[in-house]
Amino acid sequence: MFDREVFQITLLSLQISGLATLLSLLIGLPFGTFLALSNFRGRSFLLSLVNTGMGLPPVVVGLFVAMLLWRSGPLGKLNLIYTPTAIVIAQVIIAAPVVSGLTTAALQSLDPRLRLQLLGLGASRWQMIWELWREARLPLLAALMAGFGAVISEIGASMMVGGNIRFQTRVLTTAIVLETGKGNFGMASGLAILLLVITFLINWVLTHLQQKGVRI
Amino acid sequence: MIPLPQRQRSLSFILAFCLVINSLSACSALPSPASAERSTLILATTTSLQDSGLLDILVPRFEAQSGLTVKTIAVGSGQALKLGSEGNADILLTHDPEEEIAFMQNGYGVERIPLMANQFILVGPSSDPAQVKGTSIYVALHKIAKAQATFISRGDQSGTHKIEKALWAKAGIQPAQEPWYLESGQGMAATLTIASEKGAYTLTDRATFLVTRAQQNLVILVEGDPELLNVYHIILVNPQRFPQVNFTAAKAFARFLTSPQTKAFIRQFGQAEYGEPLFMLNNGP
Repeated sequence: MFDREVFQITLLSLQISGLATLLSLLIGLPFGTFLALSNFRGRSFLLSLVNTGMGLPPVVVGLFVAMLLWRSGPLGKLNLIYTPTAIVIAQVIIAAPVVSGLTTAALQSLDPRLRLQLLGLGASRWQMIWELWREARLPLLAALMAGFGAVISEIGASMMVGGNIRFQTRVLTTAIVLETGKGNFGMASGLAILLLVITFLINWVLTHLQQKGVRI
Repeated sequence: MIPLPQRQRSLSFILAFCLVINSLSACSALPSPASAERSTLILATTTSLQDSGLLDILVPRFEAQSGLTVKTIAVGSGQALKLGSEGNADILLTHDPEEEIAFMQNGYGVERIPLMANQFILVGPSSDPAQVKGTSIYVALHKIAKAQATFISRGDQSGTHKIEKALWAKAGIQPAQEPWYLESGQGMAATLTIASEKGAYTLTDRATFLVTRAQQNLVILVEGDPELLNVYHIILVNPQRFPQVNFTAAKAFARFLTSPQTKAFIRQFGQAEYGEPLFMLNNGP
């Protein structure tokens, strides 16, 4: 089973979790920024919801997404159950709160006077947000890494909405469970090490980007 | 520092743009669901057929012949029947006669075809603390209960679990609350690993045991009892009841499974690797 099938499983894991992380960034960065910079009734309630979402158990997300996407469910017509797209949807629900919550925390930890100074110097709203992101890029990249870490390592949702179908929705984590279940501990630990190495390499690149230009 | 230099800003936009395009192309590389609607078949199956490796060979063969894509969901028979009863699968491979008949009577299925059979066996540690080797299954269950020897149940409403519960009931024993009766809640292979680690008894289908034997410290203690026949059926989910069911594809897969070529393949499957075939075609022991 090593060789091409392992390569295919690994590539699929990276595609699914990479895409889910990117979509979570596209959702979480603006939403987290909005939560950090605005002031309205119910804001702290919304923030509590997001912070709870950071700890959403993947198996719970998997169950609800599966119930939505099953043919008997409200979105059954879309025929998305047991597809990689279904896993991406579930993983975005897992990672988007992580990115949102950490984005809010990152921006709120900036000196509030920076915002006033930027506006005072004539920056437009968008220029001001852009500068705040630049200023907070270290914790923002940490948010991205946390989001990716949450989805590449999750298994409950992938198993439930993907179905662990060979060549279609089998990803590294579900393959590890399958091989462990079969008693193929050698294969299972091989895949586990592969998962760890890949996660490390990706975080290494991101950390390198993050630390570039940092002077102590 | 305040307003970004124009060039730097456009550069970041290009970078962001590239990222998005990149992700979209990754997206299109994934199979598109809409066009796949009529060309995919959802097969809900008992875990033993996947764990034995049989489906890993048969499914790609069928896909190559038919041009269809098969989505194999390996769950217990109970869950497979549940998926079928809500129209969430097109075809089922199960081994739970009682529930299957109820499924058919409720009109969820249109056809139930015997596919193949094998034996359930009682396995346990070679030390055999309850002294059950060579006895009949009912004597063995009584001895296990009397010796309070650890017994691992699947506990997952799978076909194996249902038959195990029926055997206890027929033996007149209610083990559910006993401290020596453990429920793993997992598939057959995983349950065998637990039994092996705990030096416990468990009921298993012969195929899964043979396939995983190399990793286990378990031996066959009771076999060949006529009560222990394990029959696998193909069930076609009713398209009248669930219009979304892909009946044409299900029918084609059933035809493939019961074709002479597939039968010849099943008859010898496992012979070379495990010294005996994993499944039998006639329904007798």
